Amino acid sequence: MCKDPQPKDKNLNEKTLGENALSGREYKYGFYTDVDADTAPKGLNEDIIRLISEKKAEPAWMLQWRLKAFAHWKTMTEPHWANFEYAPIDYQESHYYSAPKKKPRGPGTLEEVDPEVIQTFDRLGIPVSEQKRLTGVAVDAVFDSISVGTTHQNDLSQLGIIFCPISEAIKTYPDLVRKYLGSVVPYTDNFFAALNSAVFTDGSFCFIPKGVRCPIELSTYFRINAAQTGQFERTLIVAEDDAYVSYLEGCTAPMRDENQLHAAVVELVAMNRSEIKYSTVQNWYAGDGEGKGGIYNFVTKRGKCLGRNSKISWTQVEAGSAITWKYPSVILQGDHSAGEFYSVALTNHRMQADTGTKMIHIGKNTKSTIVSKGISTDESNNSYRGLVKIMPSADHARNFSQCDSMLVGNRCSANTFPYIEVHNPSATMEHEASTSKINAEQIFYLQSRGLDTEGAISLIINGFCKDVFQELPLEFAVEAVKLLEMKLEGSVG
Amino acid sequence: MLEIKNLTIEVEGTEILKGINLTMQEGKVHAIMGPNGSGKSTLAKIIAGHPDYSATKGEILFKINNKMVNLLELAPEERAKEGVFLAFQYPVEIPGVSNTVFLRAAFNEICKHQGVEEMDPMDFDAYLREKMQRLHMDEKYIHRPVNVDFSGGEKKRNEILQMAILNPRLAILDETDSGLDVDSMRIVADGVNRLKSSHNAFLVITHYQRLLNYIVPDVVHILQNGQIVRTAGKELALEVEDKGYDWLT
Repeated sequence: MCKDPQPKDKNLNEKTLGENALSGREYKYGFYTDVDADTAPKGLNEDIIRLISEKKAEPAWMLQWRLKAFAHWKTMTEPHWANFEYAPIDYQESHYYSAPKKKPRGPGTLEEVDPEVIQTFDRLGIPVSEQKRLTGVAVDAVFDSISVGTTHQNDLSQLGIIFCPISEAIKTYPDLVRKYLGSVVPYTDNFFAALNSAVFTDGSFCFIPKGVRCPIELSTYFRINAAQTGQFERTLIVAEDDAYVSYLEGCTAPMRDENQLHAAVVELVAMNRSEIKYSTVQNWYAGDGEGKGGIYNFVTKRGKCLGRNSKISWTQVEAGSAITWKYPSVILQGDHSAGEFYSVALTNHRMQADTGTKMIHIGKNTKSTIVSKGISTDESNNSYRGLVKIMPSADHARNFSQCDSMLVGNRCSANTFPYIEVHNPSATMEHEASTSKINAEQIFYLQSRGLDTEGAISLIINGFCKDVFQELPLEFAVEAVKLLEMKLEGSVG
Repeated sequence: MLEIKNLTIEVEGTEILKGINLTMQEGKVHAIMGPNGSGKSTLAKIIAGHPDYSATKGEILFKINNKMVNLLELAPEERAKEGVFLAFQYPVEIPGVSNTVFLRAAFNEICKHQGVEEMDPMDFDAYLREKMQRLHMDEKYIHRPVNVDFSGGEKKRNEILQMAILNPRLAILDETDSGLDVDSMRIVADGVNRLKSSHNAFLVITHYQRLLNYIVPDVVHILQNGQIVRTAGKELALEVEDKGYDWLT
């Protein structure tokens, strides 16, 4: 899978030591599970949206909302300002709903889930049954368009915490969902958010009531399995006054030659003195060495610090997808609220990532922190794009931004596009940026102390990303380090 | 334990080392002196396996498990694991990687190679602190990124610390004295002298005789224009100090 193009010019195509170590790995999650699926016909129109809504047995208001979003989407055009190029997406050539068929056994439990699906998650290291559940982490497992199981629900409900598939929440907690759905990312927000609002299928709903600290991590694992099918996840997390939650998200997909679309919307709402910590390890299939296949990942993630002293923290490790278009943002509305964005984006082969954040300061004494680490190798293209906006009302707002890029080899590129808009003179802004290369002297130095080339590069990269990794919950940090190390696996020059 | 035979190195058509012959025994300290550009650092780097240099002729034989093995056929990390250590003239900065993480990674690689159990972080911390104390190194260097924002002298001391931790069989000190004041030099020399045993050997490359007052060599070689032009006892260093190098050729 890591075949190189035929060398035209030896120097140009000669891989450096580092490049080989970074790109010579296999994608471990690229398998496909053959399940009997219930799949909607290809294409996007009102009938398909009605079909999705019907499959989910949704109330009428939800269907109306979807249809309004769809009508609005039709008036919009696909944005092309990001720093990447891709073949046009034919929205009529994709399936918008695919779910493994239920087995006619015990109703309403995992019993009715196709065992192949359960095995898929086991193989991915995500047990979905209560018997095998992970301690300390509640998991909602989403397979294509449907959630197949959510663990720890009973324990959580005793604390008043709601953690369930969003399709279930729409039916069981309609008032809560109606109140917050679209309140942070309205369907008019952007082209992909409008598309998602029209056709979203599953995702998670988390509600942490007043004064409750969620004692375990909540997590959703997204798996794309079906071919030519888009995944449109929708996640909504609400933390009431003095609540706290840490949420984790993981994603993988099979290796395929064609591109698949993943357009997600995630909304977070934080009330007075509450805190939401949202962590992602994104490892969608990224395409092969020639840029064939891979997921197109167009994601709108945004949190609103509605209350005073509230805090929202995004931490992401972006290591997959052919294309990444993603800017987890925070609207700092409550006075003294804080927003954080910690990101590692690793690109190899011909991956293209345009990712960053927006910090919109509205409240007084609001504070934001941005730490972005980009690593690029092969012919990949890695851009940081970030906006820090200080509104006139945001007295004494503070921002600290640090954007570091690391290049491995000389065919990749890294770009930084920082946008700063300050409309209040009391603001304090700090911006640091650096670009470095892993150089041969560093590798030799580490080799001369007994580390092999891969070990040396792994040590350097883990050091480079340390500020971000330490923001991840422990188990996730271990997984992130392993993911980067897996990318370092393989033959060295 | 080390036998360099007719080692010749060419870089872009120019011979930098012209047929070096050098034999070292366990328990001995050899010094290599010579003017700038004589090839001293090149010799140090090729023994350690620097990728910029390859030999056009000759071999570097090193005793591994009682057999003489040509180091030129081993990767740099293999040489390190067999006990070859180079204290760099210009130690390299590794941003973001703390000294302790780096040292433990290196130490454990060598443990693994020797089939010894790896040291856990707590035990390693104690081991590291003890070695640092002997070198009069401030504890703040435990968690600082490797060589980043270290002064010239601190970097050199950090090299000696690595040497003390890894306990090599052949240690090459490439101008470790340059940029050191007298006190630091004494501490560095003390570090070397403590490590000296009948099982290891030191190759001390220096420009000046000064360091050799503290690390007393058994043999002194003078390298000039890529050739060893004179080999004698420690008195040769004093002679060079007195008369310079010109009289040798």
